Amino acid sequence: MGLKSDYVREVKAFQPSPPYAANAVKAFLVGGTLCALAQWLADWYGGTFAAPPLEAHLWASMMMAGLAIVLTAVGKYDDFSQFAGAGATMLITGLANAIASAAIEHRSEGWTAGVAGQMLKAGGAAVIYGLIAAYVLGLVWP
Amino acid sequence: MKRVGKQTWVFDDGVYIQAAAAAVGPLEADGPLGSYFDVCHRDLYCGEATWELAERRLMREAVDCCLQKAGVSAEEVDLFLAGDLLNQNATSNYVARELPIPFLCLFGACSTSMQTLAAAAALVAGGLADRALAATSSHNATAERQFRYPTELGVQKPKTATFTVTGAGAALVGRAPGRWRVRAATIGKVVDAGLKNPLDMGAAMAPAAADTIEQHFRDLGASPGDYDLIVTGDLSRVGSVIVRELLAESGYDVTDVYNDCGLMIYRPDQKVFAGGSGCACSAVVTYGYLLQELARGTFRRLFVVATGALLSQTMVQQKQSIPAIAHGVVIEAAGREPDLPL
Repeated sequence: MGLKSDYVREVKAFQPSPPYAANAVKAFLVGGTLCALAQWLADWYGGTFAAPPLEAHLWASMMMAGLAIVLTAVGKYDDFSQFAGAGATMLITGLANAIASAAIEHRSEGWTAGVAGQMLKAGGAAVIYGLIAAYVLGLVWP
Repeated sequence: MKRVGKQTWVFDDGVYIQAAAAAVGPLEADGPLGSYFDVCHRDLYCGEATWELAERRLMREAVDCCLQKAGVSAEEVDLFLAGDLLNQNATSNYVARELPIPFLCLFGACSTSMQTLAAAAALVAGGLADRALAATSSHNATAERQFRYPTELGVQKPKTATFTVTGAGAALVGRAPGRWRVRAATIGKVVDAGLKNPLDMGAAMAPAAADTIEQHFRDLGASPGDYDLIVTGDLSRVGSVIVRELLAESGYDVTDVYNDCGLMIYRPDQKVFAGGSGCACSAVVTYGYLLQELARGTFRRLFVVATGALLSQTMVQQKQSIPAIAHGVVIEAAGREPDLPL
């Protein structure tokens, strides 16, 4: 059996496979650490500012999103994501990065057609499906 | 000039590269070939406001430097052939806007360097131009935002992904004897092996490269040993192994004479995944490093095979496979040419 006889199948032997186990461990540790940090923030808001639980969680989410936006702006979030994989993309930090990176990217085309028009290019799908999922879940658990 | 075999043009009455130049970005300047490049920028913006303008500046600098080295003014050039990766070949068209030279815009994705060089050589050999200028460019950030994601988007890329080279190369082809002779060119066919992953273009392009190299050997009755170096454009770590295997299956062992520009331009510790890619990859390695080493005597005859993944974002999203092409040009050290078996 040669490469030429069935290229699409045979070529797989030449393509390095992703390190699934290492990626999963990194995603678990980094994602878990970020979630723990957000939980600590929420507790801190709840304790220090006597914020009600829902409000404390919103504040914590906003802080995490803000942190991701700052890291995106200084050009570090993509390096962090390359390392952490799903641990960086599945959280609200990933959504914040998707929106901020598109906004920064398209600044060169102006504030309207560029920043505003393209801002949801990478994060739009997450927003749409997030809304649909929230609506459906809201029907099940009102 | 004559056609030999099915796809190969042989320039036996003297077509020369009179001068060539390469301009690059910071990562390329920092790489192992950094000292071979004419213009090195320390910043990805190259002193411009946007990345697109930066790419345009790189091509303009490569063109200006090439003409300056040749001691030729733009008015004395009969034809400008250029292409790049941006939609509508924007970089090339805007550079051509600033030049008083009739212009042919070509697109061959990352095969554009040898596509423009082969076309320039044929037009000069055919007497349709005394001097023709071939140029191409790519920029990491402009390519990323057009073909992939916003540059700062956090996406974990696989090891098979390549890194678009920031740079531009230009070569002036003419009748007057120069240091490098364009001896032959093999125009490739579009080959689609059925792969669909735009983050593994090396594997998608390898069959096209193998097709062009085999056709070249068949057309000329040549073998790998007739070349000091057979170099592909941007197959990277993944594709360069595959092309050697494909050629071995056809009975051509290129192991001793083969390399890939995508592996030469960066150091192994530079974070570029599987290696360099983009129009500028083969252009700056050829017009910077390889030509200087030909002139120095390290090589006498090269076969540069620029490989292009003819990628369209829309087609990829519609689950279509990626067509690829490769064009090869044989460049020799003038005055020390080995005999090509014809």
